[in-house]
This record gives sequence, C-alpha cells and structure tokens, in this order.
Amino acid sequence: MKRPRISLSAVVWLLLAAAYFIIPLFATLLISLRSTQTGKCCVGANYAWVLHNGDFWHTLRLSALLALETIVISLVLFVPTIYLVHLKLPRLRPVLAFMALIPFIVPPIVMVVGLLRTFKGSPDWFYQKPWGFLAASYVILAFPYMFFSLDAGFRSIDVHTLTEASQSLGAKWPTTLFRVILPNIRAAALAASFLTLAIVMGEFTIANLAAFHTFPIFIQFVSESQGFPAGALTLMSFGITWAAMLSLLLVGRKRGQSSRIMAGAK
Amino acid sequence: MSGRRRLSLAWLGTLPFFAYAIAFLFVPAGSVLLGAFQDKNDNATLDNIRLLFHHPYIDAYQTSIEISLVTALLGGVCGLFIAYAALRDGTPAWVRSILTTFSGVAANFGGIPLAFAFIASLGPLGIVTVFLKDHLHFDLYGHNFAIYSKLGVEITYMYFQLPLMILVIAPAIDGLRKEWREAASNLGAKQWQFWRYVGLPVLMPSILGAMILLFGNAFAAYATAYSLSSGSVNLVPILIGAYYSGNVLDNPHLAQAMAFGMFVVLAAMMLLYIPLQRRAARWAK
Amino acid sequence: MTFLQLENLHRDFGTVKALNGINISLGEGEFLSLLGPSGCGKTTALRLVAGFDRPNQGRIVVDGKDVTSVAPNKRDMGMVFQAYSLFPNMTARQNVEFGLKIRGKSKGDRAKPVDDLLELVGLSHAVDRYPHQLSGGMQQRVALARALAIEPRVLLLDEPLSALDAKVRVQLREEIRRIQLELGITTLYVTHDQEEALAVSDHVAVMYGGVIEQMGTPTEMYTAPATPFVAEFIGTMNRLEATVVDGGSGEVEHGGMRLHVDAAKGRRNGERVLVLIRPESLELEAATNGGAPNSFNGEVLTQTFLGPVTRVKVTGTGTNLIADMSTARASALPVGARVSAKIPSEGAKLISLPDDGPGLPVLADDQ
Repeated sequence: MKRPRISLSAVVWLLLAAAYFIIPLFATLLISLRSTQTGKCCVGANYAWVLHNGDFWHTLRLSALLALETIVISLVLFVPTIYLVHLKLPRLRPVLAFMALIPFIVPPIVMVVGLLRTFKGSPDWFYQKPWGFLAASYVILAFPYMFFSLDAGFRSIDVHTLTEASQSLGAKWPTTLFRVILPNIRAAALAASFLTLAIVMGEFTIANLAAFHTFPIFIQFVSESQGFPAGALTLMSFGITWAAMLSLLLVGRKRGQSSRIMAGAK
Repeated sequence: MSGRRRLSLAWLGTLPFFAYAIAFLFVPAGSVLLGAFQDKNDNATLDNIRLLFHHPYIDAYQTSIEISLVTALLGGVCGLFIAYAALRDGTPAWVRSILTTFSGVAANFGGIPLAFAFIASLGPLGIVTVFLKDHLHFDLYGHNFAIYSKLGVEITYMYFQLPLMILVIAPAIDGLRKEWREAASNLGAKQWQFWRYVGLPVLMPSILGAMILLFGNAFAAYATAYSLSSGSVNLVPILIGAYYSGNVLDNPHLAQAMAFGMFVVLAAMMLLYIPLQRRAARWAK
Repeated sequence: MTFLQLENLHRDFGTVKALNGINISLGEGEFLSLLGPSGCGKTTALRLVAGFDRPNQGRIVVDGKDVTSVAPNKRDMGMVFQAYSLFPNMTARQNVEFGLKIRGKSKGDRAKPVDDLLELVGLSHAVDRYPHQLSGGMQQRVALARALAIEPRVLLLDEPLSALDAKVRVQLREEIRRIQLELGITTLYVTHDQEEALAVSDHVAVMYGGVIEQMGTPTEMYTAPATPFVAEFIGTMNRLEATVVDGGSGEVEHGGMRLHVDAAKGRRNGERVLVLIRPESLELEAATNGGAPNSFNGEVLTQTFLGPVTRVKVTGTGTNLIADMSTARASALPVGARVSAKIPSEGAKLISLPDDGPGLPVLADDQ
C-alpha cells in the first residue's frame, strides 16, 4: 500500500525556514535573560524590570486604549457604510475598494507628513492628544484591513435576502441592522478588530513623527538606552502580537471563515 | 416612500464615511502631493522634483528600490518554495497550521523589536556572530559584514517578507486542483512537465502579484530601517523622517517632494498589480 | 478475448474495505458501466485502473500485460474526470494537444488529429476559447477529446456527466456512446445514474459496499435482478415478501393471500422469497365485487403525473403497490377509487431471501 511520505526537499526548505525564524527569537531570549551586572545568563531580572516600570504600563495602556478607540470608530464608520453599499449602492463598491488601496500607495511615512500639515492649525484638544489626531490617523491605517475583511463578510451572507426577510416580518432598520445583519458578520468584524489591534499596538511611524508616547515608542526608547531589558520587552511585545493573532485565528476558525492576514507596522 | 427618495437617503448614509475619508485621507494625501510642487513662498515650481534627481536623494531612491527588489524577489522565491513544501502531499497537516499561524504573527513583527532581535543575532556581539567566530573560526565582521548595512537591512526585512509571501501564495497553491495534476499525469506528463506547462503558468500571476506586494511592503517600511540603519543606510522613508525629527532640510516642500516620489513608485506598482490579480482570479474559477 | 481484466482487487483505507474482491473482464471495444450509490467503491476501482492508487491485493491486466505497478503516466489510458480537469491556462485546442505535445509530436503533426477530434466532439467553433469561457457541457467535450487524442488503449470516465444539467446529460451520453462505437475503444464508465448506465452500456456492473452485486447486459439487469439491492437500485420495483407454500404449482403466500407465481415452481415449501413486479407489469382495474384472480384489492392512494405515464399508488391491507399506466386509463381510476391489482404470474420474478437474515435494503423512502 502506498502512503505519501514527506519529500526530502520539503524537509530541507522547512528546516531552513524554521532556523531563520527561530534564531532571532532565541537570540532575543538569551539577551533578555542576561543580568545587567554580570552580562551573563540567566536571570529574570530584566522581565521584572519591565513589569515594574511605570512607563511600561502607562504606554501599554495608552496603546491598548488607542486601539480600542480606533476599532470602535472604525466599526461605527465602516459597517453601516459597507452594508449600505452592498444593499443599495453596489456601484460604489469599486470606489471603496480603490480607496482601500490608497493607504498602500500613500504609506504611513507619507501620510503623516500630510496629516501634520493639514491639521497643524487645529485645536489643541484634537491635535495634541493621542485620542484625537493619532486615533483619527489610525482609523485610516486600519481602513484597508477593515474594508477587505468586512467586505468579504458581507459578500458571504446574502444581504438582500436577509434584509428583505427581516423587513417582511415587520422589523425596522435599527432592528434589522443590530439583530440580523451584525450577528452574521460578527466573525469578519472580530477578525478585522484583532488585526487593527495588532497594527495599532505596533505602529511606530506616525506616533514617532507626531511625537506621541505610545508603546512602540517606549520600546524604542528602552532599546536605545538599556540593552538587556530591551530584549525582554521585545519578546513581550512579540507575545502580545501573537496573542492578538491567535485570537483572530481562533475566531476565524470557529466560524469557518478565513481572512487573509497582511502585514502591518514595520 | 418612493424608490428615488430611498436611494438618496442611502447616499446620505454614506456621507459620514466620505466626509471622514476626505478629511483624513484625501486632503492630507493631496496636500503632500501638491506641496511637492510648491516652493517656500507657495509658488508653483518643479525645483523640488528636480532636486530629487541629485545626491543624496537619488541615492536614497536607488537604495530603497534596490533593497525592495532584492527582498521582493528573494522573499518571493523562497516564500514560494517554503509554502509549497508545507502544502504539498506528504507533509503532515500540522506543519501547515504552524506555518500559517507563525506567518500571521511574523508578518506583523517589525520595527524596533525586529531590529533588536536581529542585532541580538547578527550584531557585532550577536549570538550567531559569536558562534561563527568561536566555533567555526569565521569572523563575520572581519569580512566587512555589518548588520547596520544594506545587506543587514535586507536580511532583516526577509523576516516579514517571507511570511507575507507565504500567506499570500498559500491560497493560490491550494487553488491548484488535484484534477489538473492527475489529468496531466494521465496524459503522460512527468512531474516537471506538469509544473512547466500547467502548474507554474497558472501560479505566475499570483506569484508576480505577491512579489509586487512585497516590493511595496519593503519600499514603504520605516520603523525597521530606522532602528537598523541609524544614518548608515540611505533610504527614502528615513530621509523623510529625518526632516520631521528636526534638522537637515529647511525646505518642507522637499520632504513632500520625496513623499511624492514614493507615491509615484508605489502607484506604478499598483497599476501592475491590479490586472495581475484579475488574471489570477479568472483562472482560479 | 479479454482486453482489460481486474483480478480480485482489494483496497483498504484503514479499517474500511473500499474494495472487497472485484473481478471484471472487458473485451476489446466493450463499454462497461460501474453503477452504484456513493461509497460503493466504483470510483476507487476506476482510480486503481488509472494508476492514481495502488491496490492492497489483486492485479490489473491490459492486453495481457500486468500494469498494476506501472506509473499512471505510462499506462496509456485516457481519463475523463467529473469536472475542473481542463488546464485553465490553455485554450481548448491546447488542452487537446497536450498529450501529443508531451509525446514529442511536432506542431505540424499535432494539428490534424486535434482538429479532427474537436470536430468529432462538435467544438470546431470554439477551439480557441479558454475553459472559463466554455459551458460545463462544452468543457466535458474538450476533456473527452483530450483523453482520446493520445489514442489510449482504454478510456476511463469518472461520472463525467454528474455536474451537468439534465438535458445536456442526456445529449452528451449519447454522443459519448456514438464516439466510443465509432472508435471501438474499450471503455470503463462510472456513474450513479442507473438510467444513464442502462442507456449507453454493453454491460453493467452494479456495486455496493465494495463488491459487485450483479453484472450483465442492461436488459438482464432490468428484467432479472439477482439480489434485493439490484432490484431496488435499477428502476422502480414492487417488492412483496412472501413464503412459498406450494413449490409444485408455484404458489406463494403474502399477507394472508395466496398468489400464483410461475417463478415459484421448483422451490421448496417454506422458503422465504421476494416477489418482484415492475410497475408497468401490474394491471389495475376498477374493483368488481368478486375480485379478479391473483389480485390484490385496495384503493387508489395517490396519482403522480409523469408526462406520458401516470404512476398510481394503491394501498391495500398491509400492502402498497405502484402501477404505471397510460394517463388516459389512469383518469378512470381517481384517488379513492376501489381497484384490484392483478399480479402477472409469468411477469413476476422471485429472489430468495435468507431465512433469518436482514430484510430489504433501505434505499429511497418507501414507495
């Protein structure tokens, strides 16, 4: 009886890939376990340093809240719009799809230049606070991922039939939207949200150039000043991203939808 | 309610979105693109654009494009082989799961943490550097290597380029129907003949599209380059960032011109990408 | 003279016996259908012949040579898959000439055979179209031409029409048969559609649970099913469980009634049997008070209009029967009418039932 076995070339490629991916993480781990006094392995002092650092918690909380704010604004803005487009204005869909490509053609480093210029004269409560300027920028950054995910979600349900069925049973618009449509795109919305979370938690460019003190900025500061604790911080930030992504995959698998995950902050 | 009125209500419903997009997407983007053509007194000029073709700006574009091309091609080819290795018959299913999960995370792993991880590996005191020196008697830095160089940036960029390629090409590889392979074999074709006449041609639009995505990804990257290069590698995003970090240029429109240059390169890439995607989708039916 | 032989083929997947000893002999130019429900093993058998799988036991012999361990790309067989098998990056013509190209034939040598084949399948007008520009039926024609282009020794078809519309299916199956007869190519055809199998084959093999239940000509399979499963699977059949009471004169007993069935002659008394009557052999009449001999009395339950024929369901004491009759006659026996159904003593067939074994296989919901 013939049973397919793994081919040799496949093993070679996979081992090379594993080595390439694991070594940097392993190196970071080793550094993170080195004592600042002796310069040798192996202590947990660096991790303790991070966890006891006030700035760590402050910036982590800031970034997390920013991510939440971005997600809420994005969902409130995009879900009804995409719903409307699918239901009544199908000709607008290519326009939206094109707009979703713009953040790829005008990357963050370029966007931040324009955003700073445009909003230089805006009031302090918006321009100086992360909840204003930064969140607003992040909504635009998240837009492509939000759009492709939500759009796929809407395409996989029959928007017209669901809406008409709901209306024929007597429901008004808010009921239809909240109790019929939203539950059915829940998986897509959740996937987009976790992706946005990962992006905001890792976004460096705009925060750096607009001088806001977010979590990635904190990581940069630490890595420029403290060697070994930076390793601990690096691994922890990697772990946070991983946790967000794993949740995304679990949610996606539960509903049987697969979302194409694309790269975020670099 | 008449149908006509209901439709205009629908348009009204999209207003918040478009208002937001205009305020935070089109106007800022437009102001950058327009600002590229203005001089210090806000008069129209092509001087900024002309300046782009001189040192050090043209060098920055060259380096940026070179790094993007190298990582796109290398990441594309290697990513393809790795993805195929994980997806082909004979490889256990758990390999694929691990690879996809890890790629999802690694594609988002960038900026400072990534740079730090590679400095920890291949920096002057990195564990790989030390291992090579102590155990294999090979002095990496003696041979003119540095992690803070063009090559170092390329090696580091692969960490998010490879996963991106894997994630994008995996669905396309899945789309290679078993029936095509069996039909080809039934008609007498050997393995390599299948790949030459059917497999690779069908995959090609997806591969090229993915490589374009990789190019754009590398070209626009800022954070990783920022922490790795610290001035030694001349990249366009770094130059733009340098202006806003304080010194260098006293002509803000020059930074905008550089941004405009980036936009042109990326827009050209997008124009190539869209028809490739359409072709790939057509054959996936 | 046997051209293609499947000898005692076994194929196990873990504990599941997909094929449990299959023996088939095909003469040259013969068209055999493997017929059966999903999971019966017919596609497994076909894939073994094609070489995409290896048997656990048994041999496959083509023209006297054992090909069991020959790679699929060296077996010289043409296969038509159910769907999606055309190479999407090639036009219809390029698909058809692929096999010839692999064999090193030059462009000039390829042109005429390919054009001829495309004309044979009726697609001369669409040679330069891509698969996504062709309808399902057209795609399968291209697939057929492609398989024939290499002049294979054996033609294998795996449910080629299952994914097509009903009308296209009927049209295409006749064309496949016509082409097969014209080229005289030995053909193995897999399908779950019994009407299709009966319409085009020289022989039909009904499979169930990894074994061949019965193999024979379409007529034999229809008029003389050998097992309860075959009786159920091919066409519609009235089945009555009965016991032989008089093997001499051919009488059986069913539900308290004695019936005269010629086929019961020579059987031992007390034997459990299945009486099989085709709906078109059952004679229905309005019930007269005395009741006709060898008949069941009952009442019309439903009438189903099928076009030229109407299917009348009759229910009696513990017995349901189906009769097919012309629509004109059926109109005289409306729902609720009392009727008598005459069992044709010569037309009815008999199959032995094991004395204490499982009863009738349950396939469709009870008629």
